[in-house]
Amino acid sequence: MTSLLVIIVLVLLAVALWQLTKIFDLTQVGSSSDSSQVANDKDNNIQGYLMFGFLAFLYVFTIYGLLTWGNLPLHTPASEHGTEVDRLMNITWVLIFTVQAITQALLHYFAFKYKGKKDQKALYFADNNKLEALWSIIPAVTLAGLILYGLYAWTNIMFIDEDEDTIVIELYAQQFKWTARLAGEDNVLGKANVRYIEGVNTLGVDLSDKNAQDDIVVTELHIPKGKKVQFKLRSQDVLHSAYMPHFRAQMNCVPGMVTEFAFTPTYTTSEYRELPYMIEKVAHINELRAKKSVELIAKGQSGLDPYTFDYLLLCNKICGASHYNMQMKIVVDTPEDYKKWLADKTTLVNEVKASLEKPADDASGEAQGDSVATASKEVAIK
Amino acid sequence: MSAEGHDHAHDHEHEHHHKDTFITKYIFSIDHKMIAKQYLITGIIMGVIGISMSLLFRMQLAWPEESFKIFNVLLGDKFAPEGVMANDVYLALVTIHGTIMVFFVLTAGLSGTFSNLLIPLQIGARDMASGFMNMISYWLFFLSAVVMLSSLFVEAGPASAGWTIYPPLSALPQAIPGSGAGMTLWLVSMALFIASSLMGSLNYIVTVINLRTKGMSMTRLPLTIWTFFVTAVIGVISFPVLLSAALLLIFDRSFGTSFFLSDIYIAGEVLHYQGGSPVLFEHLFWFLGHPEVYIVILPAMGLVSEIMATNSRKPIFGYRAMIMSVLAIAFLSTIVWGHHMFISGMNPFLGSVFTFTTLLIAIPSAVKAFNWITTLWKGNLQLNPAMLFSIGMVSTFITGGLTGIILGDSTLDINVHDTYFVIAHFHLVMGISALYGMFAGIYHWFPKMYGRMLNKNLGYIHFWVTAVCAYGVFFPMHFIGLAGLPRRYYTNTNFPLFDDLQNVNVLITTFALVGGAFQLVFLYNFFSSIFYGKKAVQNPWRSTTLEWTTPVEHIHGNWPGEIPEVHRWAYDYSNPEHEEDFVPQTVPMKPGESVLHH
Repeated sequence: MTSLLVIIVLVLLAVALWQLTKIFDLTQVGSSSDSSQVANDKDNNIQGYLMFGFLAFLYVFTIYGLLTWGNLPLHTPASEHGTEVDRLMNITWVLIFTVQAITQALLHYFAFKYKGKKDQKALYFADNNKLEALWSIIPAVTLAGLILYGLYAWTNIMFIDEDEDTIVIELYAQQFKWTARLAGEDNVLGKANVRYIEGVNTLGVDLSDKNAQDDIVVTELHIPKGKKVQFKLRSQDVLHSAYMPHFRAQMNCVPGMVTEFAFTPTYTTSEYRELPYMIEKVAHINELRAKKSVELIAKGQSGLDPYTFDYLLLCNKICGASHYNMQMKIVVDTPEDYKKWLADKTTLVNEVKASLEKPADDASGEAQGDSVATASKEVAIK
Repeated sequence: MSAEGHDHAHDHEHEHHHKDTFITKYIFSIDHKMIAKQYLITGIIMGVIGISMSLLFRMQLAWPEESFKIFNVLLGDKFAPEGVMANDVYLALVTIHGTIMVFFVLTAGLSGTFSNLLIPLQIGARDMASGFMNMISYWLFFLSAVVMLSSLFVEAGPASAGWTIYPPLSALPQAIPGSGAGMTLWLVSMALFIASSLMGSLNYIVTVINLRTKGMSMTRLPLTIWTFFVTAVIGVISFPVLLSAALLLIFDRSFGTSFFLSDIYIAGEVLHYQGGSPVLFEHLFWFLGHPEVYIVILPAMGLVSEIMATNSRKPIFGYRAMIMSVLAIAFLSTIVWGHHMFISGMNPFLGSVFTFTTLLIAIPSAVKAFNWITTLWKGNLQLNPAMLFSIGMVSTFITGGLTGIILGDSTLDINVHDTYFVIAHFHLVMGISALYGMFAGIYHWFPKMYGRMLNKNLGYIHFWVTAVCAYGVFFPMHFIGLAGLPRRYYTNTNFPLFDDLQNVNVLITTFALVGGAFQLVFLYNFFSSIFYGKKAVQNPWRSTTLEWTTPVEHIHGNWPGEIPEVHRWAYDYSNPEHEEDFVPQTVPMKPGESVLHH
């Protein structure tokens, strides 16, 4: 409601300003009309100063932005290649800010400095090959550097060495949910196709494939620190995009094909939570949430829980009405914790078996799960 | 290579023979000046709709899921029950906003208006090569606008898959309600639009090549004409590809083919599609989609070049370099589409290639920017509203263009792809810049279109508030994008991680609402000046180009007598060999006068 008021005030403000100019116009009635709407010296003078003012606005707004919002952008990358990405990003930023500061200054300062006066003539200056060569060559050289660095980094990130020791994990997208499939002991994912989707086998894994026998399906993904994780991405319905901002990782999930992205996590979740910047960020967010909670409770709704940081997998390709709520928690463990987490997971094959044998009997299903967990623990020990 | 002067006097006689009725003059007109006005007014109406939509979804983003009476009034009970915008309606608004602004306002509204108005007037022609085809072009555009708007009223809502309409989302009504009848209408509308655009483009190309008056060689053309010409060429090359993508999508949707679809399980069943690929659609779409941003921005660049030279009372700096850079941009624009697809799953090697070609575009763009800045240097700047918008255009083009270095670099794109960083980038570099170019054009050529002047003080207010608000909206957006906030989210309240971005969102929306409201100043100025503006003199800006040698009152055939002959290039401002600070193109060279361009 307040916003509606704000709008009304703004519209009224606009009307008021318009009325003011109307009065200004009325004072001009009777003066020779034809060129009255062409800028005269007075206009040039005022607008010239405003141009200079606008330059000040740009500078002040930029500095204000950097000070107020400078802590919002993603900070410390949580993956190995992320450091490289951020370094290139920072180099690019230095370049951008330099060029921006200089060109905007020239543009607006010239607009102020050379504001027109009657009976003055401009400099007839139509061409200068040296100058034009200068501003073709400087960008060309600078960009060549950026391109080379960018391509070098890109190649390192995107091309995965075949003999490299990685953990293979499938990320599976569907409206509006993520699921992950671990490749198990053999580190090879079993074949899959949407035509195999049935009951518990929601990912359409070909259960007869020998590589599928040890695959494990989970809805909260854990990965170990310090080991390269090779993600294979699939989608069952529309395009999705697996976006893991803290790892500087993103790749689309395309129905009908398997896409790939790999990275090595460098901070466990608890280590990342302890980063000074993150402690500060979370404290700030919780302050905001506490304030919001008070408002909500006053309205008779339930308050908000305090926030603790977790790595997230978000969907970043428009995928339907609930696109804005398609997320999965990712936990980076120490290698030991990862093994522990993995130990009590049931393989998909056993899950399917359990659901077929005793569909109604939950208690025994759990028992079965436990025994399978023990079994897989044994395998792990071997 | 100057075109021969034809027997124009004869054409002219012919023009006067038929009497105009109301219908042939105002509705089914074949006069390019009237068609330009038709394009402009349709464009403005579409612009009001498109911008209003953005204000609605900006309100939802600042105050998520809050109830606003205005939502209920404008969207109705179904789309905004109790004043709360539904989540799929949010996507529909985003989609239609993008479609309307890119195609209907900045392609047809900008290029359609000024190409039609200026090509015959500035090259010295009686009309377009085919006036009839020109008329058909406008009416197909009008029809396509009607179809697009009618899609807002179908039961399940308009297309909601984003303006890029990637399948399978756009192909399957099971995936989102807007992909039913709404999407069908979107595709039909687009097919009509493309037909209209192709007819327009062919006409512009033929007219520029064949109908230049005596003495008007290609290197004497004003830069406006160069950009319209090159834009038309890009349009002819790339729009048909979008048409084929749209047709194939229609086939997939209606006739069960599998061009873009494969292995889909949705709503509890496996669909029959097999073997297609959505990535193919992305390639086809962006083969138009990327040149499209140059189709939008090049005419704006042309208008700005012309207005800057006139109002600086100086020749445009580096005329030939400007032409070369337009050609370079046009060429490169057709081989960079893949930078929209770095993380689409295409071969990463292609990513390298497209990074290379994309970053090359920065070179001709830098040349243009520096040439504009140098044009101002030691000028005698007449800071008319059109000039302010031109300077503003250069400013936003630089600000928005620079972040393109980040997005065009595949490595950096990984993490900012599809975030608000992209929104900030392209709205500044092609949205606001092109809009400024359009406004500059309107303020500058309004006297030519309507024989009256726009009020300059309203123009000043319009510019300054818009300039502050444009930066106010899009500068902070870079930060929330770098924070990792994805675009096309109905709300980010489901991610406590983004809670600290909410204040920024409120600020952005406030600037958007103020900026939006002040466009009313422009609308008032525009529509009231058509009837009550001060009468214009023949050449109010003391410009050199041919359009200002025509009478203020429009006549068929543009010039009452012979078509004027051209003796010099278009930018003889403050030539030291002449007394006046501008020498019209029609003034013969003095004996011994030095020649800059032939």
